[in-house]
Amino acid sequence: MILEVLQNNTFINLSYILASVLFIFGLKMLSSPDTAQRGNFVSSLGMLLAVVVTLLSKEIVSFQFILIGLIGGGAVGAIAALKIKMTSMPELVALLNGFGGASSLLVASAELFALTTSNLVAMIAIGIATIIGGVTFSGSLIAFGKLSEIMPGKPYLFIGQKILTGFVILLLFLLLVQFCSGIFFAEILFGFDWINEQYALILLIALSLLLGILLAIPIGGADMPVIIALLNSYSGLAACAAGFVIGNNVLIVAGSLVGASGLILTNIMCKAMNRSLLNVLFGGFGATDSSSPSGEGKVQGDVKPINIADSYLILEAASSVLIVPGYGMAVSQAQHSVRELGELLQDNGCEVKYAIHPVAGRMPGHMNVLLAEANVSYDVLVEPQDVNPIMDTIDLCIVIGANDVVNPDAREDESSPIYGMPVIEVDRAKTVFVLKRSMASGFAGIQNSLFFKQNTRMLFGDAKESVSGLVSEFKS
Amino acid sequence: MEMMLLLFVLVLSIFLGFELINKVPSTLHTPLMSGANAISGITLVGAILSSGGDSSSITIVLGTIAVFLASLNVVGGYLVTNRMLRMFKKK
Repeated sequence: MILEVLQNNTFINLSYILASVLFIFGLKMLSSPDTAQRGNFVSSLGMLLAVVVTLLSKEIVSFQFILIGLIGGGAVGAIAALKIKMTSMPELVALLNGFGGASSLLVASAELFALTTSNLVAMIAIGIATIIGGVTFSGSLIAFGKLSEIMPGKPYLFIGQKILTGFVILLLFLLLVQFCSGIFFAEILFGFDWINEQYALILLIALSLLLGILLAIPIGGADMPVIIALLNSYSGLAACAAGFVIGNNVLIVAGSLVGASGLILTNIMCKAMNRSLLNVLFGGFGATDSSSPSGEGKVQGDVKPINIADSYLILEAASSVLIVPGYGMAVSQAQHSVRELGELLQDNGCEVKYAIHPVAGRMPGHMNVLLAEANVSYDVLVEPQDVNPIMDTIDLCIVIGANDVVNPDAREDESSPIYGMPVIEVDRAKTVFVLKRSMASGFAGIQNSLFFKQNTRMLFGDAKESVSGLVSEFKS
Repeated sequence: MEMMLLLFVLVLSIFLGFELINKVPSTLHTPLMSGANAISGITLVGAILSSGGDSSSITIVLGTIAVFLASLNVVGGYLVTNRMLRMFKKK
């Protein structure tokens, strides 16, 4: 009796509505640090509910394969999530995005083989879910490869790349039309009578995987936050398309929420770089511009190096310090030493803030996660627009492994490729320390005039060693 | 008609998504992304129906791989998000 009620379609659909509501509340709560952890829990309850009622469905006749998949996948996911280092978070997020996309692709493919009657709407949905899922999967794998440094992280461009990408998109579109209509050009033109939807699906999968690769390889380095956010959005849209395939509302609601959230993040990242999405996707920033005249020719003035003992004297006298972390802090794992230095400065009566540029690091919010890991309170983290107006009052800025996001050329040099990008205007502070390995230019390949300013002191060396050196000066 | 209802839900949810996540503090961009990513693992529902349904073996095989990947996405996504959010504290 109870089982009958539970297996009732109305009950299952009501549960899906409740699951959608839980996702909505969960996401809403994720947008404030105070409620975020509870929000994530609420959202996971929604997921649990959706999965449990699906398992009760009458359509399910055998459980052994489901259980193998659930337990196997869940175990691998849990191990990965608990073992991963915080500095490797961008790779993990990229990989998880990719698996979500692949799963939507497989659901769509599985449905094609289960389809008994030809149905135009279902075919369109299967085609679109396959394309988005495939692009998400291969694009994410490339992003994972670049972030984990299995592949070179630089943008990879070759002649005719845009034409090839355009050609693949056109082919995909033509194939999609044929796939949905069931009318194949190959059959009409060449008499290939063996061609059918299933072959077309395989071709569709192959082409969308190729498209994902083509879209991801020209993007590298500092543009990675954009592609990660975009792939995040695609993974949601793929789930949404899979929802159309199986006619299930909870997939559509959850998928489009994720799609919208990813798009918002993508937009924030593009704005923070003062570039359009198209420019990020096809510009190959930093790979092609190396021959352009900007920056390279006009290195102004001398670089003024400083050693740890002298830096300590300036630090000790400062009453307000702004720390600006970048990808270099993640590379040298300096976040814990940085927090220690920040605390020592505070004990010394100094006001310490951390200014974080939206695109610092390799994914949206990358620096925030690292500083949170190191136990830095999130209310001392500030954004560029909050700190720039009061920059003149700051005694000392410490730039740790950041480069393009503090480049004064963005305001001063109209010929610079990054001109117009909102930056943290550290050069307006009374003194600036730049912690850097060497004088090599940043990801964008642009010379940074900050290093040559009157008030800039370069502290060369590994960021972690330099910061630890300052910490031990303070303690002695 | 059913198609129109699904489209209706789609359009409304996209608008809802934009409203919900507008003005996220940048502090939370990473956990928001990984938390949203876990939600996109909802495709698990479709995967379960394919894997356990009364259908051809190829559907079951594809469905089972989909269940594996989607559960990896869901469990990994929620756990890693929780791990990150636990660290975000005000002192």
